[in-house]
Amino acid sequence: MDPIREKILKPSKETRQDILGKTLSYASIFLIVAVVLAIFLFVASKGIATFTENKASLVEFLTGTEWNPGANGPNGKPLVGALPMILGSFGVTFLAALFATPFAIGTALYMTELSSKRSQKFMQSVIELLVGIPSVVYGFIGLTVVVPFVRDHFGGSGYGILSGSFVLFVMVLPTITSMTVDSLRAVPKYYKSASLALGATEWQTIYRVLLRAAMPGIMTAIVFGMARAFGEALAVQMVIGNATLLPESLLSPASTLTSVLTMGIGNTVMGTVSNNALWSLALILLLMSLVFNLAVRFISRKGKM
Amino acid sequence: MNTKKVNKLALAVIKLIAAVVVVILAFLLGKILLSGLPHVSWHFLTTPSRSFTAGGGIGIQLFNSFYLLILTLLISFPLSLGAGIYLAEYAPKNRVTEGVRMAIEVLSSLPSVVVGLFGFLLFVVQFKMGFSIISGAIALTFFNLPLLTRNVEDSLNNVPKLQREAGLALGLSKWHTVTKIILPEALPGILTGIVLCAGRVFGEAAALIYTAGQSATNIDFSNWNPFDESSPLNLFRPAETLAVHIWKINSEGIMPDAEQISAGASAVLIVAVLIFNLSARYLGNRLYKRLTASK
Repeated sequence: MDPIREKILKPSKETRQDILGKTLSYASIFLIVAVVLAIFLFVASKGIATFTENKASLVEFLTGTEWNPGANGPNGKPLVGALPMILGSFGVTFLAALFATPFAIGTALYMTELSSKRSQKFMQSVIELLVGIPSVVYGFIGLTVVVPFVRDHFGGSGYGILSGSFVLFVMVLPTITSMTVDSLRAVPKYYKSASLALGATEWQTIYRVLLRAAMPGIMTAIVFGMARAFGEALAVQMVIGNATLLPESLLSPASTLTSVLTMGIGNTVMGTVSNNALWSLALILLLMSLVFNLAVRFISRKGKM
Repeated sequence: MNTKKVNKLALAVIKLIAAVVVVILAFLLGKILLSGLPHVSWHFLTTPSRSFTAGGGIGIQLFNSFYLLILTLLISFPLSLGAGIYLAEYAPKNRVTEGVRMAIEVLSSLPSVVVGLFGFLLFVVQFKMGFSIISGAIALTFFNLPLLTRNVEDSLNNVPKLQREAGLALGLSKWHTVTKIILPEALPGILTGIVLCAGRVFGEAAALIYTAGQSATNIDFSNWNPFDESSPLNLFRPAETLAVHIWKINSEGIMPDAEQISAGASAVLIVAVLIFNLSARYLGNRLYKRLTASK
């Protein structure tokens, strides 16, 4: 072939580079998706084995109260009642969100509407720092401050759902606050101007205009905070008391899905009933994070309309 | 009550709430730093920990934390860069891309303990890598990837479309445009994101307990051969990090000064996170000024 023809027909250096780059970026995105699928596949196959291989009943898993997967109950099936942990997880999550939401919204309103630029900047950086504090540090503070405080003022041993919720309250507060601030800032300025021009007071403007307009964003912030609280392991494990019993009150030792997982995985042998039962708990965690995700999607889709 | 009074009352309540939150936060930071910093000394930062007697330090744990952080970033940065470029530049607007985004979001909201367990199952048990730094680094990569990817994508998207058109008009390939024109401009944002992620990785413990392990083997800081058992660079030795150390001595530690050590270690962690945050801001501002014409 004559060299000019060959040169024209062959891909140029630029084209080859482009193909190489494209392949690289496709490969990395493919890898991430593969990791997500692998996590779901592995955890699901391990978690379902409790019910298929070890013949535990799903109903008993969700409603039973006795957690002792190594032993069999009177019906010959392993005792895998996970209700105490499920209740514990949901309990601390909802309580923490319940405590944190009013404080977060109040602080966010103060930062966006009432404070000077300087104190706003200061609070912003403090909140950023708090988002970054490692969870073990929160756990350690919980252990040295919250547990004795609860013991002295509310009674009991100090370990329990109430302490867990307090620790999670402080952990999710910065998350919810900073996301609420973002959604309040996203409300167009002229909404506020229009409301004030109509003669509404500041509070009326905040309550009837700003909060309503920012509602989807605030809801998303709360769901994010709850997702963080639900999946938090170490900080809760350190203060909740780790008793796999149905909690009698907010002050009695309890446990969450994550705390049982962190304590248990190292002490059980791969492939045994006890181990598989723990993977079933991990599966619940996985499914719940999916639910939180869908909730966020649902809220943001509704908010758009 | 008339509206004026309601207004005053409501605004007062908001201010009160903000004040309470500030007090809580100030108490928290003050408590950590005041109870921890007195225990921090050069000796504390450099000596190995002791299991049964008082006077141990956090030297090895501190080294492990930094080493793990560097390894994690080495693995996760190229991956997230590629993925971010794909999402910002190449991804078509269709259902597949939507699914990919959803997968990344799900990965970012997975509890870190589940990511850790997955790493344990796959790398420690299945691939027989044992409790090792490399297992820990891979688990942290999974945990880190979604955030870094989103950060790269956002920074790339912030670059005006004109720049892309200019590059293409000059006859550059798309890849060339991205790497030589778009990436340099997006660099400050990307770097800020990396440093913030570094702070998160530095304090992570739940994903590491069952991947990098809970024991700090004695290492010999004069031996830098990565294939030697006692070398600090060995990838296959178990490595307890600072955050895991705090958790461990609080749940099963038997040394008499466990509380002082955790207080000191917590303060070190907080200071590290503070440094990461401040340097992220400084670096971002400075690079932005340098690479663009703004003052």
